[in-house]
Amino acid sequence: MSAQITLNARNLTRRLGRREVIRNVSLQLKRGEVLGLLGENGAGKSTTMQILSGVLIPHAGQIEVCGIDMKSNAKQAKSRIGYLPENPPLYRDMRVDDYLSYAARLHRVPDSGIREALSIAKNRCGLQDTGRKLIGTLSKGYQQRVGIAQAIIHQPDIVILDEPTVGLDPSQIRDIRTLIRELGNDHSVILSTHLLGEVENICDRVEIMQRGQLIYGDTSVRMQGLGHQAGFIVTLKAPPDVKTLQNVAGVINVEILSPTRFKILHTIDGNTAEELLTLSAQHGWQAQQLTPLQGNIEDAFVQITQTDQINNNNKA
Amino acid sequence: MLLTIARKEFRSLFTTPSTWFILGALQFIFAWFFLVRLDAFMQVQSQSAQVANAPGVTQSVASPLLASVAFILMMLVPIFTMRLIAEERRNQTLVMLLAAPVSSMEIILGKFLGMLLFLSLIIAACFIMVTTLALGSPLDFGLLIVNVLGLLLLTACYTALGLYFSTLTAQPIVAATSTIATLFGLWLIDLAGSSANALLKALSPTIHFQNFNTGLLVSKDFAYFLLFCTLFLLLAIRRLHNTRIYG
Repeated sequence: MSAQITLNARNLTRRLGRREVIRNVSLQLKRGEVLGLLGENGAGKSTTMQILSGVLIPHAGQIEVCGIDMKSNAKQAKSRIGYLPENPPLYRDMRVDDYLSYAARLHRVPDSGIREALSIAKNRCGLQDTGRKLIGTLSKGYQQRVGIAQAIIHQPDIVILDEPTVGLDPSQIRDIRTLIRELGNDHSVILSTHLLGEVENICDRVEIMQRGQLIYGDTSVRMQGLGHQAGFIVTLKAPPDVKTLQNVAGVINVEILSPTRFKILHTIDGNTAEELLTLSAQHGWQAQQLTPLQGNIEDAFVQITQTDQINNNNKA
Repeated sequence: MLLTIARKEFRSLFTTPSTWFILGALQFIFAWFFLVRLDAFMQVQSQSAQVANAPGVTQSVASPLLASVAFILMMLVPIFTMRLIAEERRNQTLVMLLAAPVSSMEIILGKFLGMLLFLSLIIAACFIMVTTLALGSPLDFGLLIVNVLGLLLLTACYTALGLYFSTLTAQPIVAATSTIATLFGLWLIDLAGSSANALLKALSPTIHFQNFNTGLLVSKDFAYFLLFCTLFLLLAIRRLHNTRIYG
């Protein structure tokens, strides 16, 4: 059985004056899925998320949240969405508890359920001890958590997080990533980021945006594969001539990293590594270490965005 | 939903020390006016006792006092209303309201009610102060209540106008100054007296308050206040909705 589709956006377009900030963006999200929205600054990620969360109205296109149309049934649709904007919408002079119960009431959590909703959200975000504190006195990391708590307090089907880890220290980033991964188990999560590591770690699926359009969408594992360069780094204690290495079957390029370390790129189908090791044993090159190159999402990203740019330039 | 926003607005006013300070200072000023009026009344009381149908204490102390309250509110209300939307815009908390399942109308009316409730506390405090006169003299409660009603309606107008200006900008100060400037302009029409033409005069809220101040309930004044509030609330709702369309 395929998972339920929680969010279905079709052909979203939004203009700013004559310029189209978002053009024909279509997205689908299944329950229990974490979708990463990648893109350079100004690619339209935040605008897309604002449209999906119902803050902005698209000039064209349709959004359905669990089958409810956003345009004709805005209130019902929006009550199923939790949204954390780029700058968490926090009232600095409110206490955490007061703020969260205000957020709960705004999202139509019944009065009887507020206490429970509050404790669930606080537990999830690690805010148990901060209830009485003023939001303005919390550190950036904790403020971010309050922001996330605010977005999940009403148990929404879809959680939209706009750059949730910006400005946090590494351990806070790790905590928040764990939290997002957990959220992904029973909510659908969309998150935007320009930290590619984040995508590798927590997203099931990736969409890449450039100049207001989605240019690539796939699972994050497959996207990593795209950036994969077949190759390895090898250490040879008694290396031969570079030319000799280049002549090994399947080798495309040899880069000298140090007198004894070489980065060797080869064709995908050949088993160049094996070949090289055999040769090394025969000729006494003393091979010591062989590390395959990791698939790199960063390379994939650059590759995808640049290809798109080139295609565009060619069209122009 | 509307009440949630109203309650939040009302409560958040009391979390800032400056609110308490302003309330205290205001009460002091009102008390001062009150005493000055009372003092003047005491001085002429012996003479007015000989005159038939001389103005009573309600008419010569309470009414003028509430008229000055009306004037002070004209400058005070914009200071409170400036933050309503502008500050949410500036602190980027408005997004939370826009993303929540509430309509623009609920946001605006919630803010309006919360603020009006707060401002009516100021009027109530003033009313209680005036009723202390009942300890020494019979009071014309009819006149007093019509006055308070007029004051409430006037405050509602000021709030609606201030709220509208607050939706226009992300700078609370800009909202405050433009509200004060507009209210001041409307007041100047009143001040121009007979030289202003009738149509222009009909625009000024303070002129419509004068009837209430003398104890007259005139339906056209009611209609004016209601229209004034409705107009600016509708404009505010529209402006907020445009935020979703034009960003």
